[in-house]
Amino acid sequence: MATVTDSLDDHHDHGPAKGLMRWVTTTNHKDIGTLYLIFALVMFMVGGAMAMVIRLELFQPGLQFVDPGFFNQMTTVHALVMIFGGVMPAFVGLANWMLPIMIGGPDMALPRMNNWSFWILPFAFAMLLGTFFMDGGAPAGGWTLYPPLVLQGGNGFPFMIFAIHMMGISSVMGAINVIVTILNMRAPGMTLMKMPLFVWTWFITAYLLIAVMPVLAGAVTMLLTDRFFDTTFFSAAGGGDPVLFQHIFWFFGHPEVYILILPAFGVISAIIPTFARKPLFGYSSMVYATSSIAFLSFIVWAHHMFTVGLPLQGELFFMYATMLIAVPTGVKVFNWISTMWKGSMTFETPMLFAIGFVIMFTIGGFSGLMLAIAPADFQYHDTYFVVAHFHYVLVTGAVYSIMASVYYWIPKWTGNMYSEKLGQWHFWLSTISVNVLFFPQHFLGLAGMPRRIPDYSVQFAEFNMWSSIGGFAFGLSQVFFCFIVYKTIKGGEKATDQVWEGAEGLEWTLSSPPPYHSFSTAPEIK
Amino acid sequence: MNKLKQLCAGGAALTFMSSIARADYGLNLPVGVTETSRQVYDLHMLILWVCVVIGVIVFGAMIYSMIYHRKSRGAVASQFHESMTAELVWTVIPFIILIVMAIPATTVLIDMHDSSEPDLQIKVTGYQWKWRYEYIGEDVDFFSTLDAASNEARRVGSDIDPATVDNYLLNVDKPLVIPVGKKVGFLLTASDVIHSWWVPDFGWKKDAIPGFINEAWVKVDEPGVYRGQCAELCGRDHGFMPIVVEVKSEADYATWLAEQKAGSTAEKTAVIEEIDPLELKNIGKKVYTANCVACHLQKGEGVAGIYPAITGSAIVTGDINQHVDLVMNGKPGTAMAAFKDQLSDTELAAIITYQRNSLGNKVGDAMQPIDIAALR
Amino acid sequence: MSSENAYYVPHDAKWPIIGSIGLMLFFCGFSAQLNNTPSASIVTMIGFLVLVYMMFGWFGEVIDESESGAYKSSEDASFRVGMIWFIFSEVMFFAAFFGALFYIRNFSVPWLGGDGSGAITNEYIWNGFEAMWPTNGPGEVGGQYEKMGAWGLPAINTLLLLSSGVTLTWAHWGLIANKRKQLIFGLILTVVLGIVFVGLQALEYSHGYHDLNLTMGTGVYGSTFYMLTGFHGFHVTVGAIMLTVMLVRSIKGHFTPENHFAFEATAWYWHFVDVVWLGLFVFVYWL
Ligand code: HEA
Ligand code: HEA
Ligand code: HEC
Ligand code: CUA
Ligand SMILES: [Cu+2]
Repeated sequence: MATVTDSLDDHHDHGPAKGLMRWVTTTNHKDIGTLYLIFALVMFMVGGAMAMVIRLELFQPGLQFVDPGFFNQMTTVHALVMIFGGVMPAFVGLANWMLPIMIGGPDMALPRMNNWSFWILPFAFAMLLGTFFMDGGAPAGGWTLYPPLVLQGGNGFPFMIFAIHMMGISSVMGAINVIVTILNMRAPGMTLMKMPLFVWTWFITAYLLIAVMPVLAGAVTMLLTDRFFDTTFFSAAGGGDPVLFQHIFWFFGHPEVYILILPAFGVISAIIPTFARKPLFGYSSMVYATSSIAFLSFIVWAHHMFTVGLPLQGELFFMYATMLIAVPTGVKVFNWISTMWKGSMTFETPMLFAIGFVIMFTIGGFSGLMLAIAPADFQYHDTYFVVAHFHYVLVTGAVYSIMASVYYWIPKWTGNMYSEKLGQWHFWLSTISVNVLFFPQHFLGLAGMPRRIPDYSVQFAEFNMWSSIGGFAFGLSQVFFCFIVYKTIKGGEKATDQVWEGAEGLEWTLSSPPPYHSFSTAPEIK
Repeated sequence: MNKLKQLCAGGAALTFMSSIARADYGLNLPVGVTETSRQVYDLHMLILWVCVVIGVIVFGAMIYSMIYHRKSRGAVASQFHESMTAELVWTVIPFIILIVMAIPATTVLIDMHDSSEPDLQIKVTGYQWKWRYEYIGEDVDFFSTLDAASNEARRVGSDIDPATVDNYLLNVDKPLVIPVGKKVGFLLTASDVIHSWWVPDFGWKKDAIPGFINEAWVKVDEPGVYRGQCAELCGRDHGFMPIVVEVKSEADYATWLAEQKAGSTAEKTAVIEEIDPLELKNIGKKVYTANCVACHLQKGEGVAGIYPAITGSAIVTGDINQHVDLVMNGKPGTAMAAFKDQLSDTELAAIITYQRNSLGNKVGDAMQPIDIAALR
Repeated sequence: MSSENAYYVPHDAKWPIIGSIGLMLFFCGFSAQLNNTPSASIVTMIGFLVLVYMMFGWFGEVIDESESGAYKSSEDASFRVGMIWFIFSEVMFFAAFFGALFYIRNFSVPWLGGDGSGAITNEYIWNGFEAMWPTNGPGEVGGQYEKMGAWGLPAINTLLLLSSGVTLTWAHWGLIANKRKQLIFGLILTVVLGIVFVGLQALEYSHGYHDLNLTMGTGVYGSTFYMLTGFHGFHVTVGAIMLTVMLVRSIKGHFTPENHFAFEATAWYWHFVDVVWLGLFVFVYWL
């Protein structure tokens, strides 16, 4: 279906319009990518600030700063902001910037809709964050929104529901755009199995998004009607079941966590070969592994619900299916290591973050596998062990991959090299502090500290203090990151087109920064 | 720099192992006091070790390659990028490892599901934020709430050092008591939102879901006091609904049970006396602190939008019968629970009197226990 | 290269931002209405009007571009693929509600009635409740009610929708064969059938609310019934509006036998709505 494309917009040669309206009305994939990335960074700061409140309150036993109700609001909104406002938009931003270039196309396939996908988000998050100023405060039932608790919320409740609807609309449109772009905008000769892995992983991610975001929309709609229109989907008296919500939520929620990690796999699969100066090992098995992970992600959801009292057969099924995911994920890890093996490696900042990713994501994967063992999960569930697990896969997984890609591509985006020295500092500060932050949480969980509590018994004091100190250090390191990014945008050593010695792919054939219209003439694919 | 990099890469794997080395210091899962908890512990150690070993191999290979295959050492990149054999090996071997883990996991799971033929059964109901224990077939039924000392220390700005409180946040006013060596069945449910009943030493937790009953069981080997917490987010005070189980020898348990029964009969047949309204107000203050502050707050100001203020409330300052009705029967579908089963006649009368004449309200009337009894 | 083969990228787009503002106003207004905030309905209305304005503007612009020949086969292909996956996302939206229905019918209601692992639940909490379908649950939420029969209006509605699928295909044949009359007449028939369907559905709801005491609050039966049929009815309405637009455009002389993506997309959408109805008829009304 690849088409012969060369692009021009209807007034020919010149660049973007000027001023603020340029950003509001733009249809250019790079502009929109930039908007997404900036938005994600802002949200990461907002969500991070909430995490700092959490860590501050947990610094010592006893309630020092916030009221328990507010603490729960922090936990809930921290998660929603980080996931829907931080990681997902960051990946969509990367997709916007890089996909058209990587496949040799002129732009995204549906540019106007692309603009809308982005411009829904600021409004959605304004609504979500606006709930802090309403009677009853922000949602406080956890990001998993379990009824009946979530139905006890204040005036913010319907705003949160509709904010989630808007995020869903945005994601679905974004995903459709990705699929259409990949199917229709490839340069001649760019067959599917020649596409860079980042394109592949996003392709599969987009399908996951289309399949599960509407399900989340359905789930929150039922919450809304249960609260305001007398329905009883989640109430036993009417014949419903609170656990039904959990099934629907996790049917969305589990694929969602792979939505947050598959694009990361793609990024890592681009960076490691570059700095190992060696082609990616097992390209096609990477594609198949990604597809298997995506497929399996639909049949494992109840591993979040082992303690709700599922029938034995159900628990066994979901335990086995979940464990299976370790196999394709393992294939990916082994392939990355084989790519490094006998390479000629250098360790610039992107590579450091990529290696950090592989190691720490794997640690998070191991704890995930432990959680998958149902009888053991009866102990682990809803403790800090789970919190440690998902921050390892999310922060040192997804977020690390985003940072790796920023360092990897920012010379291309801005035309300026970032400061390698500062980048290395950022990496080491982050990596040390993030482990101080999240590793002790494994111990806390095993020793019996439940999650989502604002205060704890004194036996947990020491590790919580460590964790908080790590948290503050990690937070400051990210402020430092913002500084590095800012500095690079402002100026710096000029980047070459190739940027990295070992880099391969169409993006490196364009100038740094690339022209406003990427491939006006379709490139030739070898 | 080189050293530092290696250190960091290996550090993660090492710390993982040290978690086992220092298992005695409360870093690891408790071994627990039941057959089940020991099985779970063994399973946990098995999977942990498997992960550690795989981690050592995987990270080892990676670190080796990072040291020896770096450009600064003059490494030249070879260009291989495929090997069917390798791919097969690292698909099949993990698969086999997984099967090895799945077998014991399956056995343990099947054992845990067998809640048949318990020696006694206890119905456990989660409330916001307390637990209710009903001994099935015995006339014993009580609530268990965070103890007063912790409750006072945990307020924002209380200035009480938690370290000075005995079992801070892990103590209750009235623990659950069960006999040693007997299979005790639990029927778990909830009255408002989902809670989760968890005592780590027993090796499991299970959700208490409103409108449904989940079954679980435990057979404890050693007498002692075991502590746990609610493990499912259940609102403001989720962090403050601990569980304490006292496991007694069979004889002690029997004595305890008899006392409880006697107590509840005595309560039922006791003559209800008229109480001085001032005295009622004093009792009421305690009841309020124990049961109502969580939502309506210390000064009765409530939380706008979710928990109405008691101060100046139309119901509290209005018709007393409506006030009593609301507190006794709650308001279905909201967080306001029915307190008629949770509080005694005296306590109910006291709380009503207190609310009407304190917290900024000055209605002037009072409620007597005998009137409450008449309403039951 | 000449711009003849260039992929069409509009230079700037003002409609999306207007759409976002409209969406936010609409949702905020509606939320505030749910919270009983006074005069919130004004905000909802404004939001709605902005959305309508946005749609007219946006689609109008697209139609102009289409008629002026800006789109060629590659744009056309993008629209097609986009529409297919949009419909798939709608399928998943309905799947959530069908999933809820199946779960309730196969698990939660039987458990409450003492089936399988629910024996204890039934004994201690809902003693005396027997599982059956339909049901308003052991709490008899919403009180006495009657079931909505399958073979009255719903059966007629099934026939209506099925025949509307036929008339639409007939119209499409007309378009392909360049028989404009057949196209227009077929579309008119389809729109009329759609409107009659929605009308009958409204009648059925009124019957449910007034005669059967079957409301959204009638336990899970009422919940699933109104939620599924309601969202379906909403989709039929949207589809009918889309068809009307196609009708107007046909009358204006838009579309050629080779080039009529908008028409086809609407047809796909209509068939999708049709298929959902069959699912509803079988699982909500009949079985
Ligand atoms: C990016 C996000 C992400 C990713 C990738 C994962 C990956 C995995 N997760 Fe995680 N998970 C979350 C995000 C994620 N998770 C979140 C957010 C929650 C909590 C939600 C909430 O409750 O709020 C959660 C919770 C969660 C639970 C529920 C815990 C509980 O609440 O009780 C479980 C249980 O099974 C689980 C399992 C797994 C497994 C098996 C994987 C696997 O995919 C991991 C596979 C990877 C490896 C195993 C490592 C590499 C493999 C090898 C080196 C091969 C050889 C290895 C072996 C054979 C062992 N996760
Ligand atoms: C992508 C997702 C993501 C990311 C990136 C993070 C990042 C972080 N998370 Fe989050 N977290 C979740 C997803 C995520 N989390 C989820 C899903 C939950 C579960 C919620 C639930 O239970 O419902 C959760 C819950 C959660 C908890 C448990 C709360 C509880 O159970 O009560 C904690 C506690 O430590 C925590 C901490 C942190 C910290 C310290 C970071 C740090 O990495 C953040 C670092 C970033 C910054 C700090 C921003 C930069 C700095 C500033 C803005 C300036 C201010 C800085 C200083 C003053 C130092 N998170
Ligand atoms: C779990 C939270 C919670 C606890 C604990 C609680 N309440 Fe309430 N209470 C509520 C909520 C929510 C409402 C509002 C119900 C509604 O929507 O009308 C309420 C309403 C009331 C009202 C009516 C106020 C008004 O103006 O509408 C009174 C009186 C009251 N509660 C008394 C009590 C007493 C006495 C106790 C303790 C014995 C108590 N409450 C404990 C949540 C709680
Ligand atoms: Cu009860 Cu948490
Ligand atoms: Cu999962």
